[in-house]
Parts: sequence; C-alpha cells; structure tokens
Amino acid sequence: MQKRLANWGNYPAIASEETSFTQEDQLRTFVSNHKDLIARGNGRCYGDASLGKHSISMLRYDKILQFDTANGILETQAGVTLDQILDIIVPKGWFLPITPGTKFITVGGAVASDVHGKNHHVDGAFSNHIIDMDVITGDGNTITCAPDKNPDLFWATCGGMGLTGVVTRVKFDLKKIETAYIKQTQIKAKNLEDVIRLFEEYKHYTYSMAWIDCLKKGDAFGRSILIVGEHAKPEELTAKQRQAPLTLPAKRKLTVPFNLPSFILNTLTVKIFNWLYYNKNLKREINNVVPYEPFFYPLDAILHWNRGYGKAGFVQYQFVLPLEHKDGLVKILQRISDKGWGSFLAVLKVFGNQDSLISFPMEGYTLALDFPVRKGLFDFLDELDEIVLQYGGRLYLSKDARMKQEVFWKSYPNAEKFAAIVKQYNHNNTFTSLQSERLALTK
Amino acid sequence: MPSVLILGAGSDMAMAIAREYASHQYDIQLAARSGNALVPLQQDLQIRYNVTASVHDFDAAAFDSHAAFFASLPAVPDITICVFGYLGDQEKAQRDWSEAARIIHTNYTGAVSILNIVAEAYAQRGSGLIAGISSVAGERGRMSNYIYGSAKAGFTAYLSGLRNRLFHARVHVISIQPGFVNTRMTQHLTLPPLLTAQPEAVAKAVYNGIRKKKNVLYVKWHWKYIMLIIRNIPEGIFKKLKL
Repeated sequence: MQKRLANWGNYPAIASEETSFTQEDQLRTFVSNHKDLIARGNGRCYGDASLGKHSISMLRYDKILQFDTANGILETQAGVTLDQILDIIVPKGWFLPITPGTKFITVGGAVASDVHGKNHHVDGAFSNHIIDMDVITGDGNTITCAPDKNPDLFWATCGGMGLTGVVTRVKFDLKKIETAYIKQTQIKAKNLEDVIRLFEEYKHYTYSMAWIDCLKKGDAFGRSILIVGEHAKPEELTAKQRQAPLTLPAKRKLTVPFNLPSFILNTLTVKIFNWLYYNKNLKREINNVVPYEPFFYPLDAILHWNRGYGKAGFVQYQFVLPLEHKDGLVKILQRISDKGWGSFLAVLKVFGNQDSLISFPMEGYTLALDFPVRKGLFDFLDELDEIVLQYGGRLYLSKDARMKQEVFWKSYPNAEKFAAIVKQYNHNNTFTSLQSERLALTK
Repeated sequence: MPSVLILGAGSDMAMAIAREYASHQYDIQLAARSGNALVPLQQDLQIRYNVTASVHDFDAAAFDSHAAFFASLPAVPDITICVFGYLGDQEKAQRDWSEAARIIHTNYTGAVSILNIVAEAYAQRGSGLIAGISSVAGERGRMSNYIYGSAKAGFTAYLSGLRNRLFHARVHVISIQPGFVNTRMTQHLTLPPLLTAQPEAVAKAVYNGIRKKKNVLYVKWHWKYIMLIIRNIPEGIFKKLKL
C-alpha cells in the first residue's frame, strides 16, 4: 500500500510502498524479487535511515520464540518492540541489557542502530549482548551470524542501518534484576566543568546521563543535572513496593494529539522550561527510588511528543567527540548557545570504549539535542559538522537526516570496509534507503 | 482452562484473535495448512500469556481430512472460530476455473465441511460456540469481487441457518463482518482509513461479540449502514454502477 512515511523527527516525509509479512518465506520471496527495499520497524529513528521507495514493515513479524528464564536468554523475531519485551521479562526478574531512551523501538531496529543506553560505559552497546541472529541478505537467503560466525556480516549489520539485509531473528542475553525499581541520584552541576567532573566521580554507577541546558551562558554555561542509578535491591523498596517488587503500578499515558504550531517553541519558552527543570531540584543532590519507566523512558509517558515541534518536524543532532577533546564540546555548545535555536534540554553522556565496525559509540562525550526544522538550520548544522570532524568525532546515523556524504566518509574510520561488506551481501542494491543514497553507501 | 480453536490461524487477523483469547487465559488450538509455520505463534502465545497452545495441520480444501482433524484435537474446543478465507484474483477467476474453485472452496465449501463436523459435536454435547468470519462483500455481488463475494454470501447464509438450527441445541453461532481490515490480504489495496480496522481491533470486537453472544457483528459500525444502503440500491441502478 502506498503510504506517507516519516520517522520520529517528521522530517523528511516521503511516499513509500509498504509491505508487511508474517512468515519468513514470504519475506524471502519478496526480497528475491524486488529492489530498493529497506526494513522499517516502529519508525523511531529520527531521520531518513528507514525510509525508501519500498519499505518492509517488520511490525507483524513480532513473535517471541524462546525465553530461557533460568539463564536470561531471549530469542525473538525482529519486529517485537522493547515495551512488549519488558512486559514479559520484568515480572520474571530480567531486564534489557541495553535500552535507548524509548522503549518503542523494535529489536531489529536496536540491531540496525546498535543502540546504546545510559550504561554504555559499563555494558557497551546492544551488539555486545547478541548471541546470534538471522539476516535475509540481498539474494533472499537467510544467513545466521554471530561474533564468531560470519563475523563480517554480523559486524556490518550491527549499526549498519539495514543495508546488509533484513534482520529477522535475534537471540540476546538479559540482565538479572531483583526489582522493577531504580535507586537514582540526581546531582545539580553548576556548569560544564562541574558536570564533566561529576561524570568522572560517578563513573562506577551502571547508569548515568545528564540533562544539560544548552542556552545558558556565562558562569552557568553548561549547567546540568547528572542522573545516575542502579537497579534497586528489595531492601531499598518501601514495604508496599516490596510486596510485588517486579510489578509496576499502572500509569496513565498523556498524548500530544496533533502538531503544535511551531511558534510555541521559541528561545523564551525553552529558557523558561530549562529554568524550571533545573530549579525543580531544590537541593543539590536528591536520592530516591523510582520505577524503571520514568528513569529510562521519561518521554515515553507523553505519546507523540514529537508533534510538539510542529508540522515542519525537527532533527535531532547527536555527535560524539573523543574524551581528549573536551574543548571541542565547549566550542560546539557555545555555538549552540549563541545561536539560541536548541530546544528544551539536551542529553550529555560519556561513552565507554567500544570496538566496532560501523556503530556510533566510541569512548568520549556524546551530546544529543533537538532542532526544529527552519530556514538556515542545515547550514548551521553543516558548520557544527565541521567542528565535529575537526575533533575526530562523528554523528549518529539513527538521528541523521541531513549530513553531507563527505562528513560521513571522513568521520567513520571503517566506512570503506563497511561499504565493501554491504556490497557483498546487498546484491544489486536490493536494500537502499534515502540515507544510504544520500551518503553514497549504495549505488 | 477454556479453549478456542482457530481455523486458518496463519492470517494477520487470526494471529490477533489468538493473542486476544490467550490474553484472557484461553488455551489455543491453532490450525492452518502448514502447522509448522504456526510454531513461532505457538511459542509466542505460551511465553507471553502462559497458556497452552497447540498447532495442527488443516487444509480447508481437503474435505475428507476434516473429521480426522477434528477428532485429533487435544480437547473439543469450547469455541471454534473460522477465520480462513481467500480473496483471490477476480479477473483471473472469471477465466480460470482453478482460481474460481479455490476461492469457492476456501471461503465456502471448506468452511461448510469443517463447521458441519464441529456443529454436530457441539449439538450432541449441547454446548459450544461457533464464530465465522464472513465478509461485507457477501451482502451484494459487485463486479470487482463477485466470485469471492458469492462464496462469502453462501457462508453468511450458512451461518445464519446454522445459528437457527443450533439455537435449539443451546449452541450459539455468530457471524462476523469485519469490513476492510489492514492485513497482508489487503496490503496491495488502497483502503479508506476511516473504514479500515486494524487486526487487533477486529480481535477485540470478535472477543467482545462472542462474549456478549451477538448474532451478527459489524466490526466498524459504519459498515452496518453502508451495507444497508448498498443492499437497498435498486438493481436497475446498481447494475450500471462500476463497483
């Protein structure tokens, strides 16, 4: 069916022929007879990575195949979303080894983006937890791969944005938990120096990230709230919570029912919001025990929050810079704060080391923030790209909708190698996306 | 635990119905031409909902096998839902009897064959419930799909007669008219969003309709009135339309 598709940023939007399937052989036949395909999960990547002429909707390929509750191993078809998985595993005392800031992504999407979470510095990215997986490659064959089985396909598929083929089945390990709660600590940081020092001081915590105010100048430049946490132990819960430590109380969902007019979001409203957010914490440090949902997925509580940016959509700009280039981070933050176009709070995190072929994370600082699409934005982001390049950083392909191709080829050290593997499995450009064309990864 | 048999369990709609029933703690018997293809769904139901699910080979067009199939089930199901159907290619079916026969056998003859057997068992036992997924296409023949429509018309009439007969044996029969549903069967069609249901919505409607023992259920209420109008267009006008 011809459909208008856009991912989470609502930019870009295209007309695409969408196909869905429930049996693997249906998909294999389809792949062998078509070109210009791209697999699409729940549309939560922000840009154009899963947009193409023909999209393969994975959402009906959503069966849980095996759950080893003794050893914490889960095997699923790739279209299952993380929120469904959490509903199944948390009551049995298991948690996702890695989760991004939304639970509304598919397992296949987690692989294709090689997603990271607040625990990257401790547990790595999603690829670090995959036992094995199946990929339907360009010739319509299913190939099983793992770090020690067809490793070239495995590493080019993790973070490979769907260009090696369609991920259909994934087996991965889970994390043992005793409760569905997180013991969190929030610490206010006066400025960028302060928060970077705090990251170092709190690096032994499993989970950490900071909300950073990108608009603040002067002494309070980079003021933040560092949030760290650990899975709570039963004795840390209240008596009432302890009665059912693995069950969360039901919560109501809010939604943004339609696109808000874009004038609502301006420098003033964002400044007010950031002020409120920073100053809601009266004390410098707050310690409490919270359900896992608000800790990991604060924005999931507001369905369709992306509509808050209006009809023109937004792009999320996420880059990483090597640890030794804190000065680059300062430079970029200054540019953003001078421009005053950034929106609400941005997220700052320190990544740990990761060996990978094409995945985004590397040891260093990563900053993510939203920019509503407007005139001049892309020129401004091109300028930021130059700084990222200059300091040896790179951009996250899952968020990207506009990077120039030379920026990609210069910033990903394994780009050539990745492209060669893609060519090997992606026969005759069976799989192409707007992004792969834009970055000249296919054709 | 109560149990439900789903005939034609490979379709998107059937999968959604299976999940709906499993979420209400029914044991699920899944039947389709290739039982093997249903194993992922079987695992899924057992892991997600902690129920027992079984898979069975069932070919709607292999009439002779139906009695043995029903006898082989792990238990006589409390509810039987007949979901299978085949839209087919109308133009091909006009010229090619094998396509026409496949449409008729899947949507009508095959359904009659298996439901006759289920009905006998339920009538003898004096309990049970049969649900048939028919189609609004069966309410009036249209040039674009009258072979499918006529088979579904036959099925609708069959269900109505069966309901009448089994009422006296305390067995309930429900006819379900889903209207457009967003499934693999219809993915090549451009459907009006307002009139198109998601499989999960159909599944919920089927579950509630069965629980409330409805006789005829339109999943989206609009369809009841659309079909009322379509049924009442005088034939002299209707035949001139290109529907």
